[in-house]
Amino acid sequence: MSSNKTNALSRRAFLRNSSLAGGGMIIGFNLLNSCKPKVVAEPTIDLASLDYNDFNAFIKIAENGAVTIFSPNPEIGQGVKTSMPMIIAEELDVAWKDVYVEQGILDTENYTRQVAGGSQSIRHGWDALRETGAKAKHMLVSAAAARWGVDPSECSVSEGVITNAAGETLGYGDVVNEAALLEVPEKVELKKPRDYKIMGKNAGNVDIDKITTGKPLFGLDYKTDGMVYAAVVRPPSFGHKLVSFDDSEARNMPGVIDVVTIGEKVRSLLAEDPSFSSKISSSDKVVVIAKTTWQAFKAKDAIKATWEEETPMESTEQHNKILTDLLDGSKFNTMRSDGNIKKAFAEADQVLERTYESPFLPHNCMEPMNFYANVTSEKVHLVGPIQTPAWKAGLVAKMLGREEKDILLEMTRMGGGFGRRLYGDFVIEAAEISQTINKPVKVVYTREDDMEDGIYRMAIKYRIKAGIKDGKVTAYHLKEAAVNDNMYGLIPNFFPAGAIENYQVDVASYKSNITTGAWRAPYTNFLAFAEQSFFDELAEMMEVDKIQLRLDLLDKVKPEDDERIQYSPDRMKEVIKMAVEKSGWGTKPSNVYQGFVNYYCHNTHVAEVADVEIENGSPVVKKITCVVDCGIVVNPLGAMNQIEGGVIDGVGHSMFGELAFEDGKPTANNFDRYRLIRMKEAPVVETYLMENEYSPTGLGEPTLPPAGGAVANALKAATGNRLYVQPFTKTPELLKVPEKEIIG
Amino acid sequence: MPTYQLKVNGTSKTVDVSEDTPVLWVLRDHMELVGTKYGCGIGQCGACTIHVDGTAMRSCSLTLSQVEGKSITTIEGLSEDGSHPVQEAWKEVDVPQCGYCQAGQIMTASAFLESNPNPTEDEVKNAMHGNICRCASYTRIKTAVMKAAENME
Repeated sequence: MSSNKTNALSRRAFLRNSSLAGGGMIIGFNLLNSCKPKVVAEPTIDLASLDYNDFNAFIKIAENGAVTIFSPNPEIGQGVKTSMPMIIAEELDVAWKDVYVEQGILDTENYTRQVAGGSQSIRHGWDALRETGAKAKHMLVSAAAARWGVDPSECSVSEGVITNAAGETLGYGDVVNEAALLEVPEKVELKKPRDYKIMGKNAGNVDIDKITTGKPLFGLDYKTDGMVYAAVVRPPSFGHKLVSFDDSEARNMPGVIDVVTIGEKVRSLLAEDPSFSSKISSSDKVVVIAKTTWQAFKAKDAIKATWEEETPMESTEQHNKILTDLLDGSKFNTMRSDGNIKKAFAEADQVLERTYESPFLPHNCMEPMNFYANVTSEKVHLVGPIQTPAWKAGLVAKMLGREEKDILLEMTRMGGGFGRRLYGDFVIEAAEISQTINKPVKVVYTREDDMEDGIYRMAIKYRIKAGIKDGKVTAYHLKEAAVNDNMYGLIPNFFPAGAIENYQVDVASYKSNITTGAWRAPYTNFLAFAEQSFFDELAEMMEVDKIQLRLDLLDKVKPEDDERIQYSPDRMKEVIKMAVEKSGWGTKPSNVYQGFVNYYCHNTHVAEVADVEIENGSPVVKKITCVVDCGIVVNPLGAMNQIEGGVIDGVGHSMFGELAFEDGKPTANNFDRYRLIRMKEAPVVETYLMENEYSPTGLGEPTLPPAGGAVANALKAATGNRLYVQPFTKTPELLKVPEKEIIG
Repeated sequence: MPTYQLKVNGTSKTVDVSEDTPVLWVLRDHMELVGTKYGCGIGQCGACTIHVDGTAMRSCSLTLSQVEGKSITTIEGLSEDGSHPVQEAWKEVDVPQCGYCQAGQIMTASAFLESNPNPTEDEVKNAMHGNICRCASYTRIKTAVMKAAENME
């Protein structure tokens, strides 16, 4: 008998009667929590008082052997609703085809980090999810062994069936009731990667049937009885504040229930939590409440609002000047400084200095922002697409003066996130509206609202300067000038930190009234292009091989001597070598122009090679070869999808993405004037995953940043023109191919 | 408000809505057919694509009078059980990332393959160019349309 066995029903092993169609008893293990050792008194559990919400992060197993696994993190298209349960199922040792996956709700007591952001779900969940599965398996095997009167070590498991030395078998469902009474083991042995049966094999998206048949899945599809729709009249420009409005026409329109103003609660929240002020306007807003979405949209257009300029209206022209002035100035914060760049530049034989420029970008999730709220005296029910449910539940509780336990937040599948749904200003809005009208309500943004009232990728300029002495790179100075916020603290420790003796990263920012925030691969989404274009140009100036320059620099990096260094030079060199081989680097016919990039961000190492060909006199991005080291790959089918999407997204935004501002307002507000990459512009993406046994890292972001650099370097090869400004289509004269190339 | 007689997925229904209501919102808010998605409202993204008498059209830009008496098919009615060759190809290739635009992609692809059962890759690209996928699952969309064409033969 195993020593961790007990007949006492503990808080960590619940048992309840089930009404599931499968019948019989179902257990829910408080498993993720059980991974965190906890000393608690063991009260007697009143079985009758337990309802579904008392269970935590879990596996549910029915007497008939059916297994349900809850996926804790929000799904934005990055595939975690498939891959996180795969990790649990692997260690639980059940057949993947028998697993039913459900989205977990927000549960801060029992899950940790229910966030979709930073490409961290799999990396952070890796140990806890594996232990969750393994501990449940251990309890099930122990229960079977006890029934047989044998030692658990004599039992083996395959696809949810336990077999003893005599060849007798018991299914998980047969012993689930006994297993539920066992103490959760403190420590269990985890599988070796070579023994994986589910991980490393292709698994299709768990929601594929619903997606392909149009079943309700997304926030916009969510509906309850009595729910009304809200469309919000927002300040027309950043800096505007509501003065007054005339709603007489709107009130008489079909389906209109009410017209109200909101803003007071948001302002009180901002007074308490100023950190959110760069994410939401503090102006009053006019809200039209109607029976249907279209009626709300129509009536919103009929509101005649008067606005006043509270803070100055800004423009792209002005930002360009401000950012250049910041780069030219001396007001920087130094984020990392090695050696003495000043001295090294003074002693250098050659110096290269270049400036790179990027615009604001909207996220343009295909599902416009929306959220459901029903604020009642009993509870606050919030439902919809949100990347940071815990943060938003906390802010709503604070804003409404409620306890966090009063908030029930359910995450729907999201029609894209890309960082926009980290902020959840729309959750706060929905809650204030529901409180004001005392009804269940769904706030729906029009596409125009979505693009004009964004929390954008900010405009940034980088200036990079390198010094060469005796044929070696001896100094490197990266300066960032950005609207609102500067790069996060890890970035100065990415490549080429550690590779160059005299190295410095300086940042400066300008505070704008335009709301900005994270956008898929924050900062690196543009920095990678700047840095990797720069290294290409540096190699040209030094008259050395472009790949060799990068490999030589990596040779100098010693992470063992500098714990700040984030990347692995060895893993980086491996992806570079693989990309050279797989892309046919240097061996292509003369009509194929290639551009090379290697990059590290979000704990993943990537190398990309772009192939550009000339068609009808214009350069066309035909193919990107992408090599990725993200450690163990949980679901190759999903991983490849993320990689392909990230690369094409990176190509698209570097080629076409731009949101300019005039008079405090974006000059585009829908897809007629804002260009996203489409089918015909999408290159072929050829993907290679490094095979190793490192713990897995993220894939939602890291393949995007290098794509712009690979394209720019290939375009330079094709046209002879170096690109310094994104989007590349902004300077069409630089995308022209010299006459001789067309003829020849 | 005027009433309209609509034939959606083989069933006739009467709706009582103002005449300017786009077909998209009639489907979503009045008929509980939420598979057809709102993306841009101006016919630029393709998320709201439906079939009207077999032709792919943007439901966000269609008025009720334009579709009265015609046969409308939405993603929910493309097949009874999700087994249309395009749906099957979407599953086989595992196309979606976020999945939001995919109903519109499938509706565009299925109408296209009706009119061109043996397309070249360039013809597929042309046909699908009007549908935006913000996750950029374009490679798989193209592969799935080609595969559906093969399976329909």
